Amino acid sequence: MNNIMDCIREGSVLLSDGAWGTMLYEKGLKSTECPELWNISNPDKVFQIAKSYVDAGANIIETNSFGGSRMKLDMYELGDRAKEINYAAARISREAAGDDVYVFGSLGPTGKILMMGEVSEEEVYQVFCEQAVALEEGGSDALIVETMMALDEATIAITAAKENTSLPVICTFTFEKTMNNDYRSMMGVSPTDMVSALIDSGATIIGANCGNGIDRMVEIAKEMRKANPSAYLMIQANAGIPEIINGKSYFREGPVEMGAQLHHLIDQNVNIIGGCCGTTPDHIARFSQIITHANS
Amino acid sequence: MTENLRSKYPKMNDILDKLTLCIERGKVDTNATFPSDMIGDPGADELTRQAITQNIPAEEILNKALFKAMKRVGIRFRDNEIFVPEVLMAAKAMSTAMKHLIPFFDQGLISKKGTFIIGTAAGDMHDIGKSLVAMIVEGGGWNTIDLGINVSTQKFLAAIEENPGCSVGISALLTTTMVNMENTVKEIKENYPGINVLVGGAPVTQSFCDDIGADFYSPEPHGALDFLNEQT
Repeated sequence: MNNIMDCIREGSVLLSDGAWGTMLYEKGLKSTECPELWNISNPDKVFQIAKSYVDAGANIIETNSFGGSRMKLDMYELGDRAKEINYAAARISREAAGDDVYVFGSLGPTGKILMMGEVSEEEVYQVFCEQAVALEEGGSDALIVETMMALDEATIAITAAKENTSLPVICTFTFEKTMNNDYRSMMGVSPTDMVSALIDSGATIIGANCGNGIDRMVEIAKEMRKANPSAYLMIQANAGIPEIINGKSYFREGPVEMGAQLHHLIDQNVNIIGGCCGTTPDHIARFSQIITHANS
Repeated sequence: MTENLRSKYPKMNDILDKLTLCIERGKVDTNATFPSDMIGDPGADELTRQAITQNIPAEEILNKALFKAMKRVGIRFRDNEIFVPEVLMAAKAMSTAMKHLIPFFDQGLISKKGTFIIGTAAGDMHDIGKSLVAMIVEGGGWNTIDLGINVSTQKFLAAIEENPGCSVGISALLTTTMVNMENTVKEIKENYPGINVLVGGAPVTQSFCDDIGADFYSPEPHGALDFLNEQT
């Protein structure tokens, strides 16, 4: 398998996987359970999700480790098992990916706010370091710091990953559209602010995930492109905004609806395209057809 | 402010205006480095002490500075002019000022508007949205009891039992945990029919609020404060 950055530099658009969280709930995860513990307690089901994206044609699959930082696991009194849980997450995805698909080890926010002094920068660094090292040891090809909202936490995570592993680091933020029709993360960071800060801190690929369907992701990608025409970008859109009916959430954009908008992301020279909440292997299979065509 | 008070405390407006600004901008004390354009200036801590030393009535400090500032913060957050960090810092400045007023509450010279109990729905581990609402409501003069994350129905019921006449807020970030609100609302309404239940969080909508029998939904924290104030 070629180095992933070589693939991207050659100009191919790569396809990542779709949602994990919503897929885990489909497979019976309860809202009170720790999703990452399933890497130990239900590895077969986690493997099935990973494999379903490989079979759908993804070039990249992630790991079931989004909430795998010690600080998040502590909420379930599982903090001391952080290393084991993250290692298992990467092993499962590595096995599903085989030799032809890349594994991105997923790191999500700690849930702590640095500027409030709840935790120190050093503590956050150590927590991300532990997770990043375990994900590398488990067989990840790259690390993805995702669904970030604060620049301080994101840059610490990127630095911890860069300094303690040999892997490329990707970082994606989650933005919302404001009343002023611009985009900001919950902590007030704009796509423009984020681009330079993350590249300066050593991220190889930057982008956005979650929170928006493709239509808004196109606007976000445009802003990032404007801020840095040559940055490598990754976008993972939700299947639209969920509607709640009888207590169950339905994401309205199916594979065909999302697929029909994919060329707008390709037009912005987005290098990696994939799905977030509500997307399924069916979405990714449809994206695969479109991206294969675009690459040919 | 009455003419009487103004003549009695000529510098009152000045101090309270400065205190309002400090709280609105999240300037905690002189040593605070946030916000960067106020480094070295006195903060909420010093100005509140100064106001008390000058015998400005606690009620005036509360109404003309603390509540006024937090109301502005709530509105500016609602209008996307400021974001979570600014609200958190304002709340920190507010609570710093509030500590100096505790003796006046204890003496009965000032009082809270009522009690508001808040927590995230059972199974939901997401702290921030719930905490923002708690801060805005507390900043609006309510005794706010934060039950934290992943709050069971039993825990909500026990807190209501201890605080007769309170209002309750339930928050959720995930569609999967949002549904757990329904049972909690049902139990509260069955056991305490007169209690107002407010719901919020990213996936929550007005129709969901109506469906589960909650009393109020707002997409932003300031709406919750307005609703509570209307009930008094």
